[in-house]
Amino acid sequence: MHAPRTIADYLAQLRDALRGADPALIQDALYDAEEHLRAELAEQPGRSEADMLAHVVGSYGAPEEVAELYRDQEIRIQRALRPPPAPKRRSLAGRFFGVAADVRAWGALFYMLLAFGTGIAYFVLVVVGLSMSAGLSVLIIGIPFIVLFFGVVRAMSLMEGRIVEAMLGVRMPRRPPYPDQNGSLLQRIGAMFTDWRTWTTMFYMVLMLPLGIAYFTMTVTLLALSLGFSALPFARLVDVDGLDHLFGHGAFTVDWGFGPHVPGGVELVALGVFGMLLFFATLHLVRAIGQLQGQLAKHLLVAGAAR
Amino acid sequence: MDGDVASALKKFQKELSAGTVSLALLAVLGAARQPMYGYQIAKRLEAAGEGVLAGKQSALYPVLRNLEAAQLLSSEVEPSVSGPPRRYYRITKTGREVLRVWTDAWHATRDSMDRVLEGEL
Repeated sequence: MHAPRTIADYLAQLRDALRGADPALIQDALYDAEEHLRAELAEQPGRSEADMLAHVVGSYGAPEEVAELYRDQEIRIQRALRPPPAPKRRSLAGRFFGVAADVRAWGALFYMLLAFGTGIAYFVLVVVGLSMSAGLSVLIIGIPFIVLFFGVVRAMSLMEGRIVEAMLGVRMPRRPPYPDQNGSLLQRIGAMFTDWRTWTTMFYMVLMLPLGIAYFTMTVTLLALSLGFSALPFARLVDVDGLDHLFGHGAFTVDWGFGPHVPGGVELVALGVFGMLLFFATLHLVRAIGQLQGQLAKHLLVAGAAR
Repeated sequence: MDGDVASALKKFQKELSAGTVSLALLAVLGAARQPMYGYQIAKRLEAAGEGVLAGKQSALYPVLRNLEAAQLLSSEVEPSVSGPPRRYYRITKTGREVLRVWTDAWHATRDSMDRVLEGEL
């Protein structure tokens, strides 16, 4: 590999050397390298870019070395920061109930509930931002407004990434994409429009409204059903004089197709067991959906390795 | 044979730097009067001379990020005149406490290592 002559060259080599690594890791590594290189360049304005890079390969590291270092670091950090993976259980029952010991399942459960709020916020941001940008574009403040709007969208994208990583355990960038330094101001503003990530991010944010509503509705419904069924046998226990209103004054009936009747003890216990099974099944479901949501976020919010 | 020695040294340096980089960063920021950004910290460590950090300034950035995630450092982004916006780091209260106990641990380790290496046992 030839010695890099320009910053863009160095970054391209670094991206090459990191090929196959997680896109979020690549974004972080490129951000760090670009920040360091630009600072080095600004330090001694008289020096040419090629001279500066020859020096940097000695101090910061050659692209391959840096790539290796980031890969190593990533493995170590994953081990140190991630919650330990739930212990592997071999039996069918163990696998089914073991989900309650998995941090990811609980994280996903809270993400599903939170997604309702964030989904509305993102949707409103994008719809209001886009329509105001279109409306104001005929005025002088149109351009600054659009730049501000795009900036806010990027910041929100980074924040959503942090939420996704914390709750769903999917690696997301810890640094924003590096702001483009090449070209005139107008060209840089133009680059915001041609950057496909800007548009996929907005698409993700609009998509989060229906998704958030669906996640929230589904989770609340399943939680209410499973907790309600689980509580049935206990509710029956307190169904004594004075407290019988808790059990609907005996008005609670079930119908298996043979006509309605007040459920007996065995039926109540069976319904309670069903409720508890449903709760564990809910945890499985939200964990699986959480993984899908994490992949969706990664594909729409993180720039691919190749730009 | 020389290649074996060189790779053994490289491996040892890597393992040694894994723990010491965090301590060095905390120490630099603990002594700093003002918040510092990554490049400044790298240059200050470079001035400290040869050692496990030499030629490995790229190792600093991910460690800075981890220390921030562990709430030993806090940071803020500020635009700069000469170039891109910079992330300035400062040490937190927890960071100072951690720095104190890490320094003690380092001193104890260094003293006992010295005794072992000089064959005083």
